[in-house]
Amino acid sequence: MNTWFNTLLVLVLALNLFALGTSRLVTMIKIVSLQGLLLGLMPLLIEDHLAVTSALASILAIFLKGMIIPSMLLRAIRDVHIKREIEPLIGLLPSMLLGALVTGFALLFASSLPLAEGDTPPLLVPASLATIFCGFILLTMRLKAITQVMGYLVLENGIYIFGLLLVEAMPLVVELGVLLDLFVAIFVVCIMVNHINKTFSSLDTRLLTSLKE
Amino acid sequence: MHFPLSITLLLVAAALHALSGVPGLLLSRCTAAGQRIALALTCVASFLGLVGVALVFMQGTASATLPWYLIGSEPMLLTADGLNAFFLVPVLIVGALGAVYGLGYWPQGAHPGNGRGLRLFWGLVLAGIIILLLARHSVLFLMGWELMALSAFFLVCTEHHLPEVRRAGWVYLVATHTGTLALFALLALLYWVTGSFVLRPLAVDEAGLGTLFLLFVLALLGFGMKAGMMPLHFWLPAAHANAPSHVSALLSGVMLKVGLYGLIRFIGFLPEPPVSWGIVILVAGCIGGVLGIVFAIGQQDLKRLLAYSSVENIGIMLIGFGLAMIGRSQDRPVWIILGLAGCLLHIWNHALFKPLLFFCAGSVIHATGTRQLDSMGGVAARLPRTAIFFMIGAVAICGLPPLNGFVSELIIYLGLFHGVADAKASAWTVAALAAPVLAVIGTLALACFVNAYATVFLGQPRQPQASAGHEAAPSMLLAMSTLAGGCVLIGVLPWLAMPMINQAVQAWDTAVQLRPPVAVGTLLPLPAFMGMGLLLAVASLLMVSWLSRRIKGGNASHRITWSCGFSLPTVRMQYTATSFVQMLNGLSQGVLRTRMHRPRISGLFAEPSRFKTRQDEPVLDRYILPAFLSICAFFGRIRFLQRGLTHQYLLYVGVTVILLLGWTLPVETIFKRLFAR
Repeated sequence: MNTWFNTLLVLVLALNLFALGTSRLVTMIKIVSLQGLLLGLMPLLIEDHLAVTSALASILAIFLKGMIIPSMLLRAIRDVHIKREIEPLIGLLPSMLLGALVTGFALLFASSLPLAEGDTPPLLVPASLATIFCGFILLTMRLKAITQVMGYLVLENGIYIFGLLLVEAMPLVVELGVLLDLFVAIFVVCIMVNHINKTFSSLDTRLLTSLKE
Repeated sequence: MHFPLSITLLLVAAALHALSGVPGLLLSRCTAAGQRIALALTCVASFLGLVGVALVFMQGTASATLPWYLIGSEPMLLTADGLNAFFLVPVLIVGALGAVYGLGYWPQGAHPGNGRGLRLFWGLVLAGIIILLLARHSVLFLMGWELMALSAFFLVCTEHHLPEVRRAGWVYLVATHTGTLALFALLALLYWVTGSFVLRPLAVDEAGLGTLFLLFVLALLGFGMKAGMMPLHFWLPAAHANAPSHVSALLSGVMLKVGLYGLIRFIGFLPEPPVSWGIVILVAGCIGGVLGIVFAIGQQDLKRLLAYSSVENIGIMLIGFGLAMIGRSQDRPVWIILGLAGCLLHIWNHALFKPLLFFCAGSVIHATGTRQLDSMGGVAARLPRTAIFFMIGAVAICGLPPLNGFVSELIIYLGLFHGVADAKASAWTVAALAAPVLAVIGTLALACFVNAYATVFLGQPRQPQASAGHEAAPSMLLAMSTLAGGCVLIGVLPWLAMPMINQAVQAWDTAVQLRPPVAVGTLLPLPAFMGMGLLLAVASLLMVSWLSRRIKGGNASHRITWSCGFSLPTVRMQYTATSFVQMLNGLSQGVLRTRMHRPRISGLFAEPSRFKTRQDEPVLDRYILPAFLSICAFFGRIRFLQRGLTHQYLLYVGVTVILLLGWTLPVETIFKRLFAR
């Protein structure tokens, strides 16, 4: 079981770096949706016995993150006619290197965190931290509203991995609530992307400062 | 639990005051019913409160505990003794008279937008003051204090659509919060010393001299800010000038005195004060008195003039209080009694004549539509009763016999003379210096109010737009006449006030030195002085009538006042306020520093030109504003940290998280693992 699980985590880490390294928005959406799909599979692997509730949550997560959200995002970028992130704050290669750096740091940090004793898979906490940091990099270094959404999704994925530590303790309602929040947030942002594009003729979020008092 | 009748009455009065503005809020903004209800409630509340005060004076100190355990395990203690009962009298009287005045001055029909709010906060200020005067629990005291201070902010900002009103309110708010900050520190320090929230005098060995000194400085800062002690008065002129006139009357007549109450009460708590404290207060009083009246003379705005005159009067009160403090340090009961009695009586007197003057100023401003002295003139012909009341107030505030200002200043003079006569006391020189300073203050006050009265009421209107107007409404005249009656009453029959003053002096928490109690009246030859005052007044009245009859009897022709002998004078040839006091202002240019914009006149046939002068606020405009501007400029340099970019803020979050995580890293172990063998 653990080998499969670790393989998935390594794949997730690799997808982080891919997401940082690509400029094509469609590719990026596909990467993030693949990451969500892999995450959805994880609860099925981590437990020795498969409960109906966790299976349900898993299937729902795969459905939402792997299909619904990507299709919404693809639709949104088709509507606003953009294909690439042209001017990131730092280049694609540097941001990939930065991603690798924070992944390394995450491995360092994870060993020093005061976690409860138990048989946690060794890669789980570092992978979670690394994904969160990569989400942060996407959020802070990319300027288009749509890439910000990706960053937010990656960040959420990192938190989701951390949540796997509590997979036995977390009730189904909480997981469903988190998924619903995510769905609503993305839904709203997709509408907003359209409006931002219409108002500012661009998706550059720096222009939003003109709304400041 | 026992509740004495007096405290119950005072609490009911506070509650009624607090609620007086509420019915008006529920009514339409166009109806006058809310104002009448508020007036009725205020009057009933003040009447009940005055009955409570009378009970305190007759039956002695009363205490009660509110069963309210807000903090700690101590209930809220309320005490009404001679001292706070003495301060409650002007609060209740001016509170009610201001509401009566407001009926004519600020009618709901003419001010639908802000009349209701004004009456609500009027009641809340009064309720806050009553609570804080009664409170003997630090938290309750602070609650009353803040209720008063914040409601007063809203009163000052009544006409908040005007930018200068907002600016004045803003300065007031900053000043009052600074003062409250000092009070928080003061009360926290007291709690640290006594271990209880109950406010009580400290025992001699309870605190070291350093702690006592800190308590003294904090009290001076916190209460001095509210009282308008000289360097801390900077909020006062603008706030008084920009508030509606009856609000200025309340602020000046009542709220400043609350600051003094705090000063007297809390400094009284501190045992065995060094003589330097009294000297500090006395010197501050001297400086405030002289500079206050010097700046009052320099003003061109009637209400700013009255506001600076409040600073001067606070200075006179502080001279009395400082003398009492020196007496306490040097164990001279007579100094304590005369100094404190003079201070307290002047508090009552100032609470009579300053609201009277502000009420008159309100009527004048109402009639002429301007606050500028140099535009007014000839108001006495149109507002004859207001002119008489202003005259009474002006005579009283200058300390001339036979009105009340004379009595209180006389008591302070006598106290200072006692100090001078007692050459064995080491502080006699200070008293010897303070007496002439008091005389200087009195003289300058006379010049100031001769100027104010003459330019406002005599002559001809200096600007055509200020020539309209009519006599004030009956309710306004009623309020003014009551206050003027009070001035005459205390002036002619001062011994009516003496029993109350005795009780207040005895209730000051240092009465150990006043055993056996000495009555103030026995130290003063009051009847002789009053007789002489009356004689002087009657003689001067007789002389005036003789002179006027002689002038009328002769073949004098009628001319415009100050026509200076010209055959065809115009109103613009009259003396203005500025020109009238030009010599005095010239003498005090060292502190006044009036900015003059002189025209350049050249050629034989000069172009029309203008001459302008501008008077700034010495502390606010010369020190505080530049200091704040430089602080602002400094912080402007780190403005780039907050540009409204979401990315930037997210970056802050990310960097913080990484730094916090990095802090958990066992750096040493890692180094060892990497570099040790």
